[in-house]
Amino acid sequence: MIFTPFEIKETVDMFLRYKLDIRAITLGISLLDCVSSSGEETRRKIRDKMLRLAGPLVQVGRDIEVEYGIPIINKRVSVTPIALVAGASEDRDYTPYAEILDAVAKELGIDFVGGFSALVQKGFTTGDQRLIDSIPRALATTERVCASVNVATTKSGINMDAVRRMGEVIKETAALTANRDGLGCAKLVVFCNAPEDNPFMAGAFHGPGEGESTLNVGVSGPGVVKAALESYRGASFDDLADAIKKTAFKITRMGLLVGQEAAKRLQVPFGILDLSLAPTPEVGDSVARILEEMGLESAGTHGTTAALAMLTDMVKKGGVMASTHVGGLSGAFIPVSEDEGMVAAVRAGSLSLDKLEAMTCVCSVGLDMVAVPGDTSASTLSAILADEMAIGMVNNKTTAVRIIPVPGKKAGDWAEFGGLLGGAPIMPVHRFSSDAFIARGGRIPAPIHSFRN
Amino acid sequence: MNAIITVVGTDQVGIIARVSAFLAERNINIEDISQTVLSGNFVMMMMVDLSQAVEGLATVKGDLKTLGDTMGVSISMMHEGVFSAMHRI
Repeated sequence: MIFTPFEIKETVDMFLRYKLDIRAITLGISLLDCVSSSGEETRRKIRDKMLRLAGPLVQVGRDIEVEYGIPIINKRVSVTPIALVAGASEDRDYTPYAEILDAVAKELGIDFVGGFSALVQKGFTTGDQRLIDSIPRALATTERVCASVNVATTKSGINMDAVRRMGEVIKETAALTANRDGLGCAKLVVFCNAPEDNPFMAGAFHGPGEGESTLNVGVSGPGVVKAALESYRGASFDDLADAIKKTAFKITRMGLLVGQEAAKRLQVPFGILDLSLAPTPEVGDSVARILEEMGLESAGTHGTTAALAMLTDMVKKGGVMASTHVGGLSGAFIPVSEDEGMVAAVRAGSLSLDKLEAMTCVCSVGLDMVAVPGDTSASTLSAILADEMAIGMVNNKTTAVRIIPVPGKKAGDWAEFGGLLGGAPIMPVHRFSSDAFIARGGRIPAPIHSFRN
Repeated sequence: MNAIITVVGTDQVGIIARVSAFLAERNINIEDISQTVLSGNFVMMMMVDLSQAVEGLATVKGDLKTLGDTMGVSISMMHEGVFSAMHRI
């Protein structure tokens, strides 16, 4: 046999016992050639182009699943930020653009479309402003469309006008989806240093620097890493780090195989592989449980930041060795509602919003799927955004916030979002005001170490 | 294409015979086979060539699962490429 029994069993167990999967194959599509002075004409072109390029996506995904025996959970599309596409038209409300993306996704069986987005780290164009104003209604009237707004970069600093506005937009979005615990906010991400090739939702968009069309793949697998670490109880960090790295390498190689095969069948270039440990609400698919496997009684206790820092770095190192083009977010995600172990940690009182913020300094994204009381003010939400953007800006990393002020609910209540989004206990926020801070507006300048030219 | 079939479960009379007969009926050639006991479980591995198979991949997979259920063992089939990607550089 060309493989040893141990190798074969290891691989089979990864899929059958430890829930390894391809989280998403995401086809990026440029919509820049759909721009027209007429909104209707633009939307017709968007529809035609998506049908043409993404038409075979779902079938290709299913064929690969059967042929390779690897589950592909989501088939997704990311598009050029709609603010760039719709800006040329006379439209004031961009909701119809979200509706056309939603309609095409449903027609093709695509799970999510990302790209109802704007990049406003340094200022707003008219199109950016209209898009941001349209977000609450767009997310309330569509199911599969995801929105994101990049409000800061290390190079440009933080657009505090955008931060202020996004606090209000999050509130409005929650209000318009109040009957579903503010579900609209689960499809809205505010970014610092947003990657242009991220295959994961809700923050995926096809950046303006990308080509015509490209296929990116997002691999997950927290269950596999946890299982690998179980045989290293009591071992030193050197051994632990090595175990994570080797596992990440194997997972990435599998993802690369699928990504390249999917790209070939769709006749588009393969873009990047994003190896992110992305949890799901299912037991055995949790990042928090990996941290606990390292020796912490409950995620969020002292030592959690160090554990997460090593996990994220070793995942990156294993991934970089295994794929020529690694991109997106690559590392570990710490969404609260989507991670059974995180939810348990919040319930046990070991994980607070402040500790989560500290963890975002070393994870690969940021404050993710956090439910807060419905009466949290827009300025407090903006202040939470500002803190997170500052962490990203100063540390040259992507940070993001996906926060849900759940209408009518208070700290300790339960919010349910369903499916992969899960549910979460509502976490308290600080009761002291940030009103005057957020009211200032303007820009926080880029940090000194951003000037590398 | 080549695939690797694994059968994991409690050892019993006729596992190899039944799986081999199943494959022969569908014109699937066994290229390599080995069996061992790992962590207390009977594990059989087969490398098979599906290029001349008389049935589609999805059907073969479904029927293999059913066969496994009747014997009380777990049978899976995956593309050889997955193993190569993970274990061979």
